[in-house]
Amino acid sequence: MKICSLDDLSKIRNDRRSLNSRINGRSIEDRIEILVGLATCGISSGAKETQLAFENEIKEKNFKNISVIPVGCIGNCYSEPTVQINVPGQSPVIYGRVHVQDVPEIIEKHIRDGIPVDRLALTNPVDNKQMRIALRHCGLINPEDIFEYLACDGYEALGCAVTQMSPEFIIDEVKKSGLRGRGGGGFPTGVKWEITRAQPGERKYIICNADEGDPGAFMDRSILEGDPHCVLEAMAIGGYALGADQGIIYIRAEYPLAVSRLNTAISQARKLGLLGPNIFGSNFNFDIRIKYGAGAFVCGEETALINSCEGKRGEPNFKPPYPAQKGYWGYPTCVNNVETFANIAPIITKGSSWFASIGTEKSKGTKVFALAGKINNVGLAEVPMGITLRELIYEIGGGIRDGHKFKAIQTGGPSGGVISEEYLDTPIDYDNLIEIGSMMGSGGMIVMDETDNMVNIAKFYLEFSMDESCGRCTPCRIGTKRMYEIINKITSGKGTMADLNSLKQLTYMVRDSSLCGLGQSAPNPVISTMKHFMSEYLAFIPDPRAKLKFNVNKHSRKSKKAD
Amino acid sequence: MLEPKEADDHKEIIPIKINDQNITVPVGITILEAAHQIGIRIPTLCHLDLHDIKMVNKTSSCRVCMVELSKGNNRNDLVPACVTPVTRDMEIRTDTLRAIRARRMAVELLLSNHPNECFTCPKNLECELQALAAELGVRQIRWEGERMDYPKDVSSDAIVKDANKCIYCRRCETMCNEVQTCGILSGIGRGFDSFVGPAFNIPMAESSCTYCGQCVQVCPTAALTEVNHTDKVWEALNDPDKHVVVQTAPAIRAALGELFNMEAGTLVTGKMVTALKRMDFDAVFDTNFGADITVMEEATELIYRMNNEKRLPMLTSCCPAWVKFIEHQFPELLDVPSTCKSPHIMFGTIAKTYYAEKNEIDPDNIVVVSVMPCIAKKAEAKRPELTKDEHNNVDIVITTRELGAMIKEAGIEFAELPESDFDSPMGMASGAAAIFGNTGGVIEAVIRTACEWITGDPLDNVEFDQLRGANGLRKAAIKVGNKELRIGIASGLGNARQLLEQIRDGKEDYDAIEIMACPGGCVAGGGQPYHHGNYEIVRKRQEAIYQEDKNKQLRKAHENIEVLKLYKEYLGEPYGEFAQDLLHTHFEERERI
Repeated sequence: MKICSLDDLSKIRNDRRSLNSRINGRSIEDRIEILVGLATCGISSGAKETQLAFENEIKEKNFKNISVIPVGCIGNCYSEPTVQINVPGQSPVIYGRVHVQDVPEIIEKHIRDGIPVDRLALTNPVDNKQMRIALRHCGLINPEDIFEYLACDGYEALGCAVTQMSPEFIIDEVKKSGLRGRGGGGFPTGVKWEITRAQPGERKYIICNADEGDPGAFMDRSILEGDPHCVLEAMAIGGYALGADQGIIYIRAEYPLAVSRLNTAISQARKLGLLGPNIFGSNFNFDIRIKYGAGAFVCGEETALINSCEGKRGEPNFKPPYPAQKGYWGYPTCVNNVETFANIAPIITKGSSWFASIGTEKSKGTKVFALAGKINNVGLAEVPMGITLRELIYEIGGGIRDGHKFKAIQTGGPSGGVISEEYLDTPIDYDNLIEIGSMMGSGGMIVMDETDNMVNIAKFYLEFSMDESCGRCTPCRIGTKRMYEIINKITSGKGTMADLNSLKQLTYMVRDSSLCGLGQSAPNPVISTMKHFMSEYLAFIPDPRAKLKFNVNKHSRKSKKAD
Repeated sequence: MLEPKEADDHKEIIPIKINDQNITVPVGITILEAAHQIGIRIPTLCHLDLHDIKMVNKTSSCRVCMVELSKGNNRNDLVPACVTPVTRDMEIRTDTLRAIRARRMAVELLLSNHPNECFTCPKNLECELQALAAELGVRQIRWEGERMDYPKDVSSDAIVKDANKCIYCRRCETMCNEVQTCGILSGIGRGFDSFVGPAFNIPMAESSCTYCGQCVQVCPTAALTEVNHTDKVWEALNDPDKHVVVQTAPAIRAALGELFNMEAGTLVTGKMVTALKRMDFDAVFDTNFGADITVMEEATELIYRMNNEKRLPMLTSCCPAWVKFIEHQFPELLDVPSTCKSPHIMFGTIAKTYYAEKNEIDPDNIVVVSVMPCIAKKAEAKRPELTKDEHNNVDIVITTRELGAMIKEAGIEFAELPESDFDSPMGMASGAAAIFGNTGGVIEAVIRTACEWITGDPLDNVEFDQLRGANGLRKAAIKVGNKELRIGIASGLGNARQLLEQIRDGKEDYDAIEIMACPGGCVAGGGQPYHHGNYEIVRKRQEAIYQEDKNKQLRKAHENIEVLKLYKEYLGEPYGEFAQDLLHTHFEERERI
């Protein structure tokens, strides 16, 4: 069976119409649904055993009209395995930490008697601050069943795009939506597509960057594990818009579940004709292949990624030429991040003005954040741009763990900086975060409390960047090493004021003269911790007289100027 | 491969400003090129532009050429000049404090991870990193710390790889991969541990390296150098039991003077001979004598192969790097090269047989020293099949650079030397042999002889312009009587690969082909004085070589009376049974790694 037109698509959707209601928070009329979160995080916490226990229990007790459905990540990583129970006529209940021994209780009380098990129910009253666009299907549909995706308007955007819209119109819509690259750089996606489209040449490529490598970031993995089709659909739309008939998903091989679900999704989409020749009966042909990365952080940089796709050493090239001019094997190539793609279909179906109405003036839409560190609700949260850090940490994140006090939050992973308490009310968007000395990055947020030492935090990130440097340029190859050596000397109590000074000089040098984003941003954790927490550096310096002479305020003013 | 540089006149001209000077330049050129146009020097290290041989190293990795752009540019304001293209109204300053600091820090960081042993380094005073530190006024290294600590790779007979001195400029990698297409050297490891080496860091000797030495020629430091054999020569010279014979390759005389501050392209044949005599070699001979023998053998072999419908084309086999290249990369074509030994090996064979017998010297006591523009010759001399009756054809090979160092060590004021002639009999050589040092020269020398032998008429003009030229891959048709000889010429192994692919795939028909591994020929060999990126030097050497030919009365190999005497008295017929036994060799398939 192939889907050859929008009519075919809507026929399939109508057959499964009931599914759509699940997305809207209701259950199918006469069926009870048990959704088990089976992303990597869930599985590693025992979700498969939980799923099996539910299935066995249902079989044993001979219940009818109950389905156990494997879904992706709901986002409550702190309470895996999570299970959502939809009983007709009731609002859905989400349970956390559901292990095998808890299953009979849920079956008996909730399913049979209709009384939720309060002991396990997650009460997260602030979820209304969240707004799910990229994660719209995660945790709600079975990622390995394309019909579940189709039932909730899947591939509608692609069908409309290739049958009713011109490439220029689509690019214009994406531009007007204000969508910016979610991988961290924040470059306007529509403009990137437009530039790639404008390049001469028949052959072009569109690449999905799924080389998520920041410590503590797992947004892209969750999307790929929970809703792989939304990425495939968006890549096809992008391919149509910019004139590419081949797409590549560059994904790290350490994401085996995401890889397997992507492979399943691609073959299902091919079977239905949603990938391949003449999509929706149009002249547009598009197919996607997967390229595994070996887990080098620097391969998330687009030119390094392209080198790696070509089988070369994964190291960045000087830009220009940009990939849009000369990318994969020299052809114009557009590289977009997973989360960026996840926003495309809604923009096409709901329109650019809808998307542009969300967020701040220069940062539109939502952003998925991975909350980690000393925070109660570790997990994923998708929130509109412009929400404050305070809301994110205290309302969605549930505040600091074990009654400790907030000290700082690291955004943007090893490339970002730490943000101290005074900036907690800053609305989060691309430009504000840069303004306060950090960056959006891919969306990892790591919260630290008063027991964390900021110099050690900087050292941790610096070590990461040093290890992940490809080694190509001098400042990054040797500079990060020397910075690490100095900071190591300082934390081992052997540092001097001169070391602090030379560390600072190095940070600016490495930032200003490195070849790619990795090196340019590697010193950020040091620069920002020196700016906000200089006293912690000074505390490591043994010579007390030196400390007296050192005027902290003067120092930080000076560093601002040097910025 | 790189595309050839587009002609500038098709390009839009834009205004820019460098250090307050307003200039107009073609769009697309780099800041570095623009600055050069108005005489502003920007220091560079990894950058290397050898456009003549289509090698441009654009890694922009050392970050030494950082310049500052004025605010308002939509990008980082410190940019590398070597790769950043100029844009309309760009305002550049090469001398701001930030730019100077960034450059100096890049060099300091490199030095902080460099074994600072300049005194004992083979590249002392030839090292570009050393020169840069001096130029930038580096007076301290502020960031000391761990240094790379890898063992030296001394596995091969030709090239020493000292990863601890690698500054990761990747010039060698570009040369090895893009120009020579051998694919031996590439980045290994990551971050602080990165260096360049063969895949999996196997020893050079186990790799498919041809030892062409072009990596050595472009390495800015001593990460890649030749195996030094000067001490062996001193030892032989000081051994009273040894009769030490030296031979100098055609390309040496056109380049040796550079090591003594003489103008590039100065022919120093006579001074070189004097220097060698003063160093107390027992006989100072000319490899060109061996080259004349090579012409006799190759011309005969060519005519034999043509007349007897044997495998054509015939490829010249003088270049040991190219021979090793075909053994590794095209083993299915091993029947195409001429079986001739290379000229210096032929010379060595004759020295240890004919010369030894004639002068009643025990061949075991003869030490043949070859002075070569080449690093691969060092490994060639060690090939087991090139021994005769338990002794090597050639015992020691030193490069032009090593000879220069020895002359200095001997305290000889080279530039002041009087001229003298090579010794007899193996010092006599034709102009045909002289041009062996240039690309196209070997085949031209063979054609001069083959032409006369085929037609039976003397040649009016011995200079075949259609075989000369700067292009790395050339085709020519030479009329010989009523026949037309189709000739192919490649210099540089990347061009050789293209030629061999044409032959393998049956796309082009040739009768004879000359291949030299080094772009431009032996004058640009890996053992020649470092040209430091100035390719004009190589062109001047080429001109000098052609001048050496012009200076000769004797311009055809088969008119060399000493060579004719050698055949008459000893070898018999060219390509005859005894000549084949002594002067020919065989090739074998080698693993490709």
